[in-house]
Amino acid sequence: MVAVFSLFICFYSNTSFSQEHEPNHAAEAQGEAKHGEEGDFDVTGFILDHVKDHHSWHLWGHTSIPLPVIIKTDKGFETFSSAKLSNEHHEPVIYNGNYPYKLIEGKIRIMNADGAVDEEASKKVFDISITKNVVSLFLTVILLILIFTSVANAYKKRGVKSAPKGFQSFIEPIILFVRDEVAKPYLGHQYTRYMPFLLTIFFFIWINNLLGLVPFFPGGANLSGNIAFTLALALFTFVIVNVNGKKDYWKHIFWMPGLPTLMKIFLMPIELLGVFIKPISLTIRLFANITAGHILVMSLISLIFIFKSVAASAMAVPFTVFISVIELLVGFLQAFIFAMLSALYIGMAIEEHHDQHEDIPVI
Amino acid sequence: MLLEINPLVLPDPGLLIWSTLAFLILLFVLGKFAWKPIMKAIGEREKGINDAIASAEKVKAEMAQLQSDNEKLLAQAREERTQILNEAKAIKDKMISEAKEQAKAEAAKIMAETQQAIENQKMAAVVDLKNQVGNLVIEVSEKVLRRELSNKAQQETYIKELANDIKLN
Repeated sequence: MVAVFSLFICFYSNTSFSQEHEPNHAAEAQGEAKHGEEGDFDVTGFILDHVKDHHSWHLWGHTSIPLPVIIKTDKGFETFSSAKLSNEHHEPVIYNGNYPYKLIEGKIRIMNADGAVDEEASKKVFDISITKNVVSLFLTVILLILIFTSVANAYKKRGVKSAPKGFQSFIEPIILFVRDEVAKPYLGHQYTRYMPFLLTIFFFIWINNLLGLVPFFPGGANLSGNIAFTLALALFTFVIVNVNGKKDYWKHIFWMPGLPTLMKIFLMPIELLGVFIKPISLTIRLFANITAGHILVMSLISLIFIFKSVAASAMAVPFTVFISVIELLVGFLQAFIFAMLSALYIGMAIEEHHDQHEDIPVI
Repeated sequence: MLLEINPLVLPDPGLLIWSTLAFLILLFVLGKFAWKPIMKAIGEREKGINDAIASAEKVKAEMAQLQSDNEKLLAQAREERTQILNEAKAIKDKMISEAKEQAKAEAAKIMAETQQAIENQKMAAVVDLKNQVGNLVIEVSEKVLRRELSNKAQQETYIKELANDIKLN
């Protein structure tokens, strides 16, 4: 529902307000006089700019942190600062490394001598830069390690018998929630083996979702709404499911018991497809939910600029607060659903005996 | 065309690699330094709590057992007391009735003996009386027979005299 609503707003604003604009920075649109003469505001560009990944971390106005670029071409690896890809007016310029590089719509492209993009050569660029999302990723990793090693130390220091205190008492119920509501119902007695994975994936997604809701520096990256990130997590589930899959699991895919032979042959490709659809559904669910939330919040804030009136904030700000609170819930819910479905898929794969056929719930 | 899809839904290989790496590191570090001790601690605490509850239940059951034993003992003691009292009462009653019986028998015996004695005395007295009366009759008859011939009038006076003399008792 959130996704549909935000897409509607997105399309609506797209058709109404951005006919004759190139996508340019929101900051540029309002800040620089030479661009902002028309006074119109490119909402789609502004929102998509936020949702996408960047080679630098924009802080405010014209201030942004340049991040290292790491690319591999047929001439090997190359590292330079992303500051070299833009001039003092924050316009993309050509940087002459092994090739002449330029940022075109956020991607690093190789330019020809005549100033056009060399499509053939650009395909060979393999970009593993430390982008905004990667920095956010590292921050999350550090944050999680700090939080949970301190909680683990609290257990060591305070002993097992005493009640949890402080931050420990905030984390423990969530850990117990993951154990009792996610792991135990779907994995049965084998749950301890998969607890580290489920806990890590739950807290990783949740912390990222929460950081994404923070509008300023350490937060604000749309990492858990990035399809590469969600795909990486779903791939872990995929690998764990298929590596741990028991005989029954494979038998159910390739030779469904209790059915006529013709039906078995017919079901084989469908079941095999299901193996891949499960992680894809995990990927898209998390990506779409979080991105939709970001788009929605940005759209509501953009209303102020669309109506070009401070009065619009009387409506836009309460709505934004409302949606942000809902996004807090969605952030938790999506982390829970990702962990729960992972547990469910693992549980179905490691099940030894099967008297009944459960349906896979689609959430 | 597949390549013309929105870059938003096209996974960026760089971020994919970094995400995978970051998750692996996180899984390893947290698994070793966080989840293992935390889950162990939580598990131990839960076990401790369960043990405490189980032992409390056990103690409670023991207490209940003890109490029921006590009550049973008390009931038994009460029963025994009643029984003893009843027995004592029965013995008392028996003793009293026996004593009564005995006394009655004794009294009867004494009465019988007394009566016997009275009877004996009476018999002796009667025999004695009979003997005395016999003797008197003989005496009187003798005297009457001796005086019969001399005087009739005198005789009659004499008989009267004798008769007056015989005062029984």
